[in-house]
Amino acid sequence: MSGARIAGALTGRRGDFPLDLQFDLPGEGITAIFGPSGSGKTSLLRAIAGLDRLDGWLKIGASDWQDGARIWRKPHQRPVGYVFQDARLFPHLSVADNLRFGAERARKGDTRSGPDPDRLIALLGLSGLMARGVQNLSGGERQRVAIGRALLSRPRILLLDEPLSALDGAAKDEIMSYLEDLVPALDIPILYVSHDLAEVARLAQTMAVMKAGRILQSGPVDRLFAELDLEDAAGRFDAGVRLRARVTGQDRAYHLTRLDLGGQQVTVPALDRPDGSEVLLHIRARDVSLALARPEGLSIRNVLEGHITAIDGAAGSPFAEVTLAVGGSALRSRVTREAVDALGLSVGKPVHALVKSISFERGRD
Amino acid sequence: MSGAALWQPVWLTVQLALATVVVLLILGTPLAWWLARTRSRWREVVGTLVAMPLVLPPTVLGFYLLILLGPSGPGGWVAEWFGARSLAFTFTGLVIGSTIYSLPFVVQPLRTAFEAIGDPLLEAAATLRASPWNRFFTVAVPLARPGFLTAMVLGFAHTVGEFGIILMIGGNIPGETRVLSVAIFDFVETLHWREAHLLSAGMMVFAFLVILAVSVIGRRAGRVGL
Repeated sequence: MSGARIAGALTGRRGDFPLDLQFDLPGEGITAIFGPSGSGKTSLLRAIAGLDRLDGWLKIGASDWQDGARIWRKPHQRPVGYVFQDARLFPHLSVADNLRFGAERARKGDTRSGPDPDRLIALLGLSGLMARGVQNLSGGERQRVAIGRALLSRPRILLLDEPLSALDGAAKDEIMSYLEDLVPALDIPILYVSHDLAEVARLAQTMAVMKAGRILQSGPVDRLFAELDLEDAAGRFDAGVRLRARVTGQDRAYHLTRLDLGGQQVTVPALDRPDGSEVLLHIRARDVSLALARPEGLSIRNVLEGHITAIDGAAGSPFAEVTLAVGGSALRSRVTREAVDALGLSVGKPVHALVKSISFERGRD
Repeated sequence: MSGAALWQPVWLTVQLALATVVVLLILGTPLAWWLARTRSRWREVVGTLVAMPLVLPPTVLGFYLLILLGPSGPGGWVAEWFGARSLAFTFTGLVIGSTIYSLPFVVQPLRTAFEAIGDPLLEAAATLRASPWNRFFTVAVPLARPGFLTAMVLGFAHTVGEFGIILMIGGNIPGETRVLSVAIFDFVETLHWREAHLLSAGMMVFAFLVILAVSVIGRRAGRVGL
């Protein structure tokens, strides 16, 4: 579907709030649909799948799925793969039969070859579960079966509705790894609903930011992370930036990896990547503190030099958001407005950024 | 009193109950599905009509059925095609009467079972290309299996137990409309206590087994989380 787009303009109501969804998203790779709960992310996916009917039009690649009252493809006539937040496996069927349910009904006359079932089952680690009933599967296992079931129905577009939100940290990480392995093999676009910026940073190339039933902005994740006032959509505390860094070496004794970030060194817990490879870092504004001089005797090891390019602080809030230029990249820091005044912070002033925590994602290059 | 006089009503009752259950499953399943899924404002009205046989005296139902099935009612017109005068006082008439009488006992368990399935799994099936019919037969019906079992057992048992309607529209024709409950009444009237005892004791055991079966089905269904 390269070059084709996922586009539409759909309006309607969902319960109490109005929806006005205008979108034009790439027909390949992972697009994160990002926003707080109740912003309409799930409504967008349901409208694309035809589970809810809104007014307007919707075009997936070359096919019209909805056009006013003239064209309406019913849900079972839309080649989507939908992975629900709550898996929704059929309780009367085994794992194997749940997977077969998707495969059996794959579009007849569809000449595109779908994913190879055996390979997919192995990739998702489901081989040992096939004969089991679905009642006693763990949350992570259920979601893997749901992903496999959706993919075996040979979708032209994959819709993932917060597939990780019900899972704990370890299961989450496991499924994210599965997704990362799967995606390159799939030649279909994926819409991935999330309200977790770390997930978005790790998985997606494109993102659409939603709020109050509207799509505020969409574009490459790199650009939006740097440009957009994500705090507005994310809620104050998850704002952050995404930065590219290069692996420069490993510290085997301390299990650390050294990275070069615009000419400055940072270290992160050991990352299994060769020297010279690029990684993407996600640094949340709340994990960055500021100091006027390089501090001594501090447990925080990642200290970056830069200068202030902007200070945003609304009078009604205790916090201010400080944007820094660090070796050509932008970094954000959340400090109190009182700290801004006490330290005399102003645009152009050189500062040291103390980074408490860095999450990292696979590099793409 | 011969064995045939004892066994003929039992056999006729089983035939009537089986025929009624088959008709009720064919009519009651789509009706229960509609009641469970529709957002129409007619839902409560139709639901009430279905439940009415629970409250009405069987004689009231029997009276109206007698008029409907009789020579000057629609039942009479239908009967004319087959060269008969009336559907009243026939086995077919009994099946029609029993179907109406036992309707709530089949529709209610099915409706409850269908309602318990809810939207989520049917939506999942739709996104996996299952058409509405396909969703019904591959998702809804298997998941509503305990509901179907309960509906069949209750529909069968309730038909076996009916008396008032049968007396009104069926009378007491041996081999045609003389079912168990009517036969017991008849045996008592004619002071055949031994036969009345045999059939009544049989019904006691039957009733016990039915209620036990329904509660076991209910418990099993509860255990698998349906």
